[in-house]
Amino acid sequence: MELKNYKTPPGVFDELLTSRNRARPGLGRLGSFLKKNSLKELNERKFSAELAIRTMGITFTVYSEGENIDREWPFDIIPRVIHEKEWKQIELGLKQRLEALNLFITDVYNDEKILKDKLIPREILASSKDYRKECRGIKPVFNTWAHICGTDLVRDGDGTMYVLEDNLRVPSGVSYMLENRNISKRILPELFEDQIILPMDDYPTNLFDTLSSISPRPLDYPEVVVLTPGIFNSAYFEHSFLAQRMGAELVEGPDLIVADDDCVYMKTVEGLSRVDVIYRRIDDLFLDPDAFNSESVLGVKGLMRAWQKGNVALANAPGAGIADDKVIYTYVPEMIRYYLDEDPILPNVSSYMCADKKQRQHVLQNIENLVVKPANESGGYGMYIGPRETKRRTAEMKRLVRSNPRNYIAQPIVNLSTVPTLCENAIEPRHVDLRPFILQGSKSYVTAGGLTRVALVRGSLVVNSSQGGGSKDTWILAQRT
Amino acid sequence: MLSRVAEKMYWFGRYIERVENTARLMIVNTNLVLDLPRVKHIWDSLIEITGARQRFNQRFIRVDERNVIKFLLDDEQISIRSSIQMARENARTTREIIPTEAWVIVNELNLFINKNKDKGVRRDGRHKFLADIIAICNELTGSLAGSMSVDIAYNFIKTGRNLERADMTTRIVDAGCLNLINPTQVETNEYENILWMNVLRSLTGYQMYRQHVQDRVNGEDVVDFLLKNRKFPRGVAHCLFEVGNCCRQLPRNDNPLRSITHAQRNIDNNDIIKLLNESHLHEFIDEVQLDLADIHSELSGTWFQFDANAPEIVEHSLPE
Repeated sequence: MELKNYKTPPGVFDELLTSRNRARPGLGRLGSFLKKNSLKELNERKFSAELAIRTMGITFTVYSEGENIDREWPFDIIPRVIHEKEWKQIELGLKQRLEALNLFITDVYNDEKILKDKLIPREILASSKDYRKECRGIKPVFNTWAHICGTDLVRDGDGTMYVLEDNLRVPSGVSYMLENRNISKRILPELFEDQIILPMDDYPTNLFDTLSSISPRPLDYPEVVVLTPGIFNSAYFEHSFLAQRMGAELVEGPDLIVADDDCVYMKTVEGLSRVDVIYRRIDDLFLDPDAFNSESVLGVKGLMRAWQKGNVALANAPGAGIADDKVIYTYVPEMIRYYLDEDPILPNVSSYMCADKKQRQHVLQNIENLVVKPANESGGYGMYIGPRETKRRTAEMKRLVRSNPRNYIAQPIVNLSTVPTLCENAIEPRHVDLRPFILQGSKSYVTAGGLTRVALVRGSLVVNSSQGGGSKDTWILAQRT
Repeated sequence: MLSRVAEKMYWFGRYIERVENTARLMIVNTNLVLDLPRVKHIWDSLIEITGARQRFNQRFIRVDERNVIKFLLDDEQISIRSSIQMARENARTTREIIPTEAWVIVNELNLFINKNKDKGVRRDGRHKFLADIIAICNELTGSLAGSMSVDIAYNFIKTGRNLERADMTTRIVDAGCLNLINPTQVETNEYENILWMNVLRSLTGYQMYRQHVQDRVNGEDVVDFLLKNRKFPRGVAHCLFEVGNCCRQLPRNDNPLRSITHAQRNIDNNDIIKLLNESHLHEFIDEVQLDLADIHSELSGTWFQFDANAPEIVEHSLPE
């Protein structure tokens, strides 16, 4: 397959090829593989990947017109490759960032030093949907609130990796990252033979260790469970996948009960059995009908009380979402300097806070060239991408920003980097981002790579699987010794 | 094992058994109609067996072959189609427990029934359709037996299967007796013989009955065989024996075992032939069915529900 006609869009960094369509240094093996195989041969590999996905039952759920549709996981066979040397730096940056974020969460629910020192205005916290007054005065084990974090990274035209957002509530995607690797080992075995691609399948073990380390009882075998909203949730596949890989019970709210001793038990055929750590995959507000949404049937009555008393560990802890707020995001580099006295290793995408009058003016004047994001949404919902929107939507967005400036930030458009992708009749560049997963408990851990999401539509920058995105395996390539 | 998961296993076992039993009933009644074309109440007795007369009357006016078959094939609650859907739903939400091979068979059965159910309505395609369903159910039971560890999950599936079986056998015996009471123009003796033969066939018991009972097929022996014989797999006594065996493998089994023993004694201590001759069998079967319902609620109260009585907290011994 000749790559002569491959055209990276101007101002965009391609992860594999230089502007003269040569493989970047060290990535020649993949480059020559693509050149050596015909389109037909590549399509055969693609076909066996799809077959594997079907027989392994890898699906995700899309909500559409009130219906849940179970779809096969969209996967592109051409991997995205990053050098280990670059990755080591990114890894340090990710650990640094999560450490600072956890210190920040402990601080805002306890001493409020960062507020008293006026680094972050108090109003921002007070007006955040994700600030939980129930968490005041709580210090979880290791001062860690976000034990599992999925951070979205993007590479701009100049080749720099930026942090686009931190997901500290219930980040998902890790099971697909692991399954992607399984598939590519099946269909591209020869590329694993003569290159060192760092393995990533130790994630479930590390997740289990992280969760065990925060158990309130010093047991060798704490009871760890995964709490799922149930089969209709879009990430149910992942919940059952992780429970299975960790050997943990997959429980739903009604399986748990908080007894008079304020401890959490699960209902088993043997009787009530104490639970030490809950990896919860439901949002804060549904956790406990006594504390939050009284109509929630997903949660467990009294769970917050049990957690506040330190009888059960919740991962991620309630209230961790405060650091997920897009406005708080803009302060993360400051936090790193403030709490760790270090320079941030990974830069933020520069952002405008609409709450600030001057910055708001700039946003409103240049809105057609900016991305505007609501502060508390995830999954790409409510996002406004200036150059692609209709006049009507632009007017509406301006109105929204004016009426509730606190709820919006704006960023210049990042020209997401591209990776060669097997399309209908050719290999074409498609935009990608990257979501590595970071664990923090008794120690920190970063996945070797992450989930690379790819916008399958030509020119599109939207990578979310619910909106036409696909995925790729991500290879961290070690230097041969 | 989580109580919710245990309950799903139990219902999975019950619903698969229900699919198979319903298919068997339909085959046998279709044959009975061919043998006794002048007997009009055969389809009516099928509705009696399902215990869903009220629901049937809401949907249909006439109790005839076409309506009854449609009802049993396609009703939202009690049909073959709804039973396989419920079985599949229970399996789908416990995917980490059910062996993949069995899960695939459940899906195949579900697809097969949904795709071909219209074939069951006409007499010419019915036999093949229903026989295929029975064959796939057997494949599933065999697959579970061959690939699933005999642990808590398997014991719950087996408990559900055997309780459902016992329940169905009592219903079929009951319907047989009701049919006898109805006046008919057919000569009684000939009719009785064909009727009981069909009762046996609907429970695949004809051959086994022949091996156990040397006499010609007659009501007393058939009912006695179906209720009391401990070796015949669809006999009530055998099913209860199996349920007891499963429950003995499970923790905290006092109350369920007590209710099972009670039901077993009730069957052992009654003279079935006498009851039949004095026309009290129907009341007795009612009693047995109440016993079965009682076993179900003991199972449920002990292992599935936690509201009834405060269950004890398990103390796990700390590892040394």
